[in-house]
Amino acid sequence: MKKCLLSNSNALFNEISKNAKLYIPVDLEKGRVAYKEFSDGMVMSDALKTDRSAKDFFFPQTETLMAFKTAGKSIEITDTRSETEDFVIFGVRACDVKSIEVLDKVFLAEPVDSYYQNRREHGIIVSMACSKPSETCFCQTFGIDASMPEGDIVCYKTNDALYLDGKTEKGKALIEKLGVLEDCNDDVVKEEQQKIKEILNKLPLKDLKADAFGKDKTDEFFNRPEWKTLSESCLGCGTCTFVCPTCQCYDIKDFKTKTGVERFRCWDSCMYSDFTKMSAGQPRLTQLERFRQRFMHKLVYFPTNNDGMFSCVGCGRCVAKCPISMNIVKVMKTLGGKDDE
Amino acid sequence: MQKITRSVLIEKAEKLLNDGIVSRVLGWKNGDFSYDITPAIFTSADQMKKDFVYGDFCGANFSKYLVKETRKDEGKILVFLKPCDTYSFNQLLTEHRFDREKVYAVGIPCDGMIDINKIKLAVGDGIVSVDTDSEVIKVNTLYDGVKELAKNDLLLERCANCKSKKHVAFDELIGETGETLENNRFDQVAELEKMSADERFAFWQNELSRCIRCNACRDACPACTCEKCVFDNPNSGVENKSPANSFEEQMFHIIRAFHVAGRCTDCGECSRVCPQHIPLHLLNRKFIKDINEFYGEYQAGEEVGSRAPLVNYTKEDIEPIDAVNKGDK
Repeated sequence: MKKCLLSNSNALFNEISKNAKLYIPVDLEKGRVAYKEFSDGMVMSDALKTDRSAKDFFFPQTETLMAFKTAGKSIEITDTRSETEDFVIFGVRACDVKSIEVLDKVFLAEPVDSYYQNRREHGIIVSMACSKPSETCFCQTFGIDASMPEGDIVCYKTNDALYLDGKTEKGKALIEKLGVLEDCNDDVVKEEQQKIKEILNKLPLKDLKADAFGKDKTDEFFNRPEWKTLSESCLGCGTCTFVCPTCQCYDIKDFKTKTGVERFRCWDSCMYSDFTKMSAGQPRLTQLERFRQRFMHKLVYFPTNNDGMFSCVGCGRCVAKCPISMNIVKVMKTLGGKDDE
Repeated sequence: MQKITRSVLIEKAEKLLNDGIVSRVLGWKNGDFSYDITPAIFTSADQMKKDFVYGDFCGANFSKYLVKETRKDEGKILVFLKPCDTYSFNQLLTEHRFDREKVYAVGIPCDGMIDINKIKLAVGDGIVSVDTDSEVIKVNTLYDGVKELAKNDLLLERCANCKSKKHVAFDELIGETGETLENNRFDQVAELEKMSADERFAFWQNELSRCIRCNACRDACPACTCEKCVFDNPNSGVENKSPANSFEEQMFHIIRAFHVAGRCTDCGECSRVCPQHIPLHLLNRKFIKDINEFYGEYQAGEEVGSRAPLVNYTKEDIEPIDAVNKGDK
């Protein structure tokens, strides 16, 4: 366990950024919070969550995959990738760290997505325990412990110091390079973990259970009549999918540019009417089907294909952001029985 | 707080359901916290007694749902309309977007709705519940006990600058209707107009660069009821699922604002639903302000069938060159 006084955090961040590009969560105007590349003097936000999750670092909303040029019958293909530098994301919460494990199951399974893999290999995640979780948090439902996040380095923030613990080889190697850190025992961290556990026990969604859902339950849930009322007022916008740290669907298109053709990929949303449109048409014609797809994917299909692992991490962004306040918590309570009533 | 209570609305709905006048009710459904209200269809008074709410977080404008609901072969639907919702209702009727015969509209008074994001800004995370029983809002938090805030500071933008307490459409009123109000809704537009073109571009670039292209603004907008939006249509040539190459700064939101110009009632749903808190209503208000100045005062949705200045001709219309010269510096 290593320690750095908060009064010294600027020196710590400067030292990290000498080793790799460093991103920290920063308070912007009107309560907005976003990861920004660190520059001297920048102050880390105390907010619980960034508006957009850390997913963006590994799976950005848009990217150019490659470029083509044709001359006669020959095609020249250019790899347009540039990200090869190491980078550090500081302050990733337990839920968002877990979401990257979910994404790994998709993008690092055969056939491996080399764009994602490239970023994963160069990214170091410094997680941050949640001393003040929000009312919309329900990571516990999915077995995530916000008092003991995963990550390459785990960080705890107290009133006067940051405590850092290297967990992986990458993480330990980085810590070795940081002279500003001093050794300490883990008494304070243990106390902090206890405090967090007590708070987690007070959260309004603490009793939400996912037990009813999971692998091989497609038949049990697919035709449930409640989907109709649950999806009835869904606007069909993409908010839930785009603020979600685990949503991983994308679309690929070729665009003609002035100098050739570019192959472009961007996030897609199963809530959209033109999602997975094929020559035969759209496989899900109604919003009920599209709505059901999203929640079945999180709660049933993904666990079926990944040894029971759910693809929701309970970060609560969709709970806070949905224009009509319909969300996975309400879906789970309706279909899986009430939590505490 | 709202002067009208949920029990009055439930009583009204129960009578209309029992009398066979309506088959279902479009209303607000309670959530897990005080503020996460979902629009829902109720088919019985018992359902309503269990889950129906009416309070300071019932900002959602139901008018657009009528396009979908009136296509169902399920009899008349009861809809509760706040004064500003009735303008959207009329505008949709003007555009022949739903069957008036299939709707029973009950006008209800509104005492201003609260923006939960303003509460979050004031007290931070951990809002367990919000007590709105008086003008002093009591926010029960996980970390700071009960915080008291003045309701006036928490109103949704459209309520802080409420344009009208008057119901312009209804079959029946509960309580009394009010009057149109003096308001300051164009003040911020005027400030933007005073900026240089570069400053204004920087302002909008800062705001619109946060767009994640979720389309919530479009999907909530009562003026956006195209059967197939060009931006969702792969055959349109402009379909785009993401904010790429500064597209958002230059295109999507501006095109949408042009498309609803003269039809937008300034209901403010676009800004209310934006997950990135982009003040999209300012684009629409710019058009409304220009239309008012160039063609005379016009309020979309005030009456059914009124011809919007942009699709009408009068000899007094401003000359195009004068409109251009009055605009950008």
